[in-house]
Amino acid sequence: MSSAENPVSRSLPYAGSARLSPPWYQRKAVRTVLYHVFVGLATLAMLYPLLWLFGSSLKGPSEIWTRQTALIPNEIHFDNYKNGWDGFGDISFATFYKNSFFYAGVGTLLTVSASAVVAYGFARIKFRGKRIWFGLMLLTLMLPIQVQIIPQYIMFNELGWINTFYPLLLPRLGGQAFFIFMIVQFIRGIPRELDEAALIDGCGQGGIFFRIILPQLKPVIITAAIFSFYWTWEDFLTPLLYLNSPKLYTISLALRTFSDPSGATNWGEVFAMSALSLVPVFLIFVFFQRYLVQGIATTGLKG
Amino acid sequence: MTDSALRLPRRGSRKRKEGRSRWGENNLAGYLFISPWLIAFFAFAFIPMVLSFALAFTDYHILRGWNFIGLDNFQRMFYNDVRYWRSVSATVKYVVFAVPLRLVFALGVAMLLNTNRRGVAFYRAAFYAPSVVGASVAVAVMWREVFNREGLVNAILGQFGQPSIWWLGHPDYAIWTLILLAAWQFGSPMLIFLAGLKQIPEQLYESASIDGANGIQKFVRITLPLLTPVIFFNLIMQLIAGFMTFTQAFIITNGSGRPLDTTLFYALYVYKRGFETYEMGYASAMAWVMLAVIALLTAIVFRTSSHWVYYETDEGI
Repeated sequence: MSSAENPVSRSLPYAGSARLSPPWYQRKAVRTVLYHVFVGLATLAMLYPLLWLFGSSLKGPSEIWTRQTALIPNEIHFDNYKNGWDGFGDISFATFYKNSFFYAGVGTLLTVSASAVVAYGFARIKFRGKRIWFGLMLLTLMLPIQVQIIPQYIMFNELGWINTFYPLLLPRLGGQAFFIFMIVQFIRGIPRELDEAALIDGCGQGGIFFRIILPQLKPVIITAAIFSFYWTWEDFLTPLLYLNSPKLYTISLALRTFSDPSGATNWGEVFAMSALSLVPVFLIFVFFQRYLVQGIATTGLKG
Repeated sequence: MTDSALRLPRRGSRKRKEGRSRWGENNLAGYLFISPWLIAFFAFAFIPMVLSFALAFTDYHILRGWNFIGLDNFQRMFYNDVRYWRSVSATVKYVVFAVPLRLVFALGVAMLLNTNRRGVAFYRAAFYAPSVVGASVAVAVMWREVFNREGLVNAILGQFGQPSIWWLGHPDYAIWTLILLAAWQFGSPMLIFLAGLKQIPEQLYESASIDGANGIQKFVRITLPLLTPVIFFNLIMQLIAGFMTFTQAFIITNGSGRPLDTTLFYALYVYKRGFETYEMGYASAMAWVMLAVIALLTAIVFRTSSHWVYYETDEGI
């Protein structure tokens, strides 16, 4: 580090040979090992609660609140998953998964395709009022949804759409400001030569979008789709407002009912179903991590 | 911007298509492409906001209809509703602790991971993993049981001979479980910091080393100033997210805001007034105060940013 420390290292027993080399704690190999020990332990601490959830989901009732700190149960209880899957009120988790995949799947499809279309309009076409609309769109990013949900609820209630998926899916037909912005940024990075050439060849804006731009949007569309899927899969407030009948519950709502402290008795099953609900999320994370990291780093999305 | 202006004459000389105006504008195509957003914006954001503003001056109840009551909702909120102020103080406490903690963790870990060592990609994924599942009900349920009376935290403390504490039932501790949960999910700001750190040229550190600067000096004089635009961005995003926290508080306290309303976050209280007691006029008034506060805070952060955010060019972020 500084020259002031050199006299100390010179007075050490091995000083003769180590005079010009740094003290032991500054050697590269030692520092690498220290780094991995420290960061590795921190990683373990970070992941411990999640590992604990998966561990507890395999514990029997005798272990779950007695060997809390153990990650691996003495006796593996896969029946937590089997029994938990039966759900509550004669509705099994198969129904909840079906609802969640429907909501997250259709929701993502609508959000991402609409966002791509709108983003093309903002990124490539000149039209009057564009700056104002684009600015307004960015402002909606900061809008607390609390100022919208009450009139929205009244509106959907008047239409008789409570207990349907319309209130959850219809607003997605307009895309989502986050993704529109993300795709706009991406399109701005695509060279204009090809669309100029197509324009001269008499191709309309629709043709340019579908034939030239859309095929190049693959990476950003994958990123947007992953985030959209995550946020829809984990969405709690909108289903809570509009889906009151247990038959329509998404996983989020079902888990809330299933884990209700006043009703739940078998915590192994609660943990099993909680852990299971995270599996799709982690699978996507493992396979598409690259897209996520790039997406956040370049547009600064919240997670 | 400028290069498309240069191309204008070429475009203008083409045979003019329908809807294409003189300045290379194509209003028809433009509005067609943004029409999905435009329609949804009016139907699901703008009109509801106008209605919400109007509702704030009524006593609208979904079953009883409405009367115009002027500023009564605001009067009630500011002077007669004890729970309102409890929810404000819970939210402020949460934001004041959770946001800086999250950013400090995010920056600290980002600096640790800003190296070319082997295994960094794995560590980065591992530190980000809690944030991927962070908003889910499953993680909130897990967190509730980790801090349960017989839960993981008490079990660990028990091994050190500490008596077990009812974390979620104690007015002093309950909110800290939520703050910790937020601090644990620093993944997104961490990745943004990491991208920012990679932008800082290595030569700056090298020349500082030659001048005899130590690690702390390099951090304070080089890293922090060059990172201020990213800190600024993260601060705004996290502030807004902090004020809107709902799901975790809802699950962990079972929608109650217990104990003694110490976890009754603002978004949760708006929900309870709007959708549990159906006082939708009152809830709308609260929502508008929330919007005003968020707008004000964002404006303050933006205004003061010129004093502490350092831009290398004058282009901004």
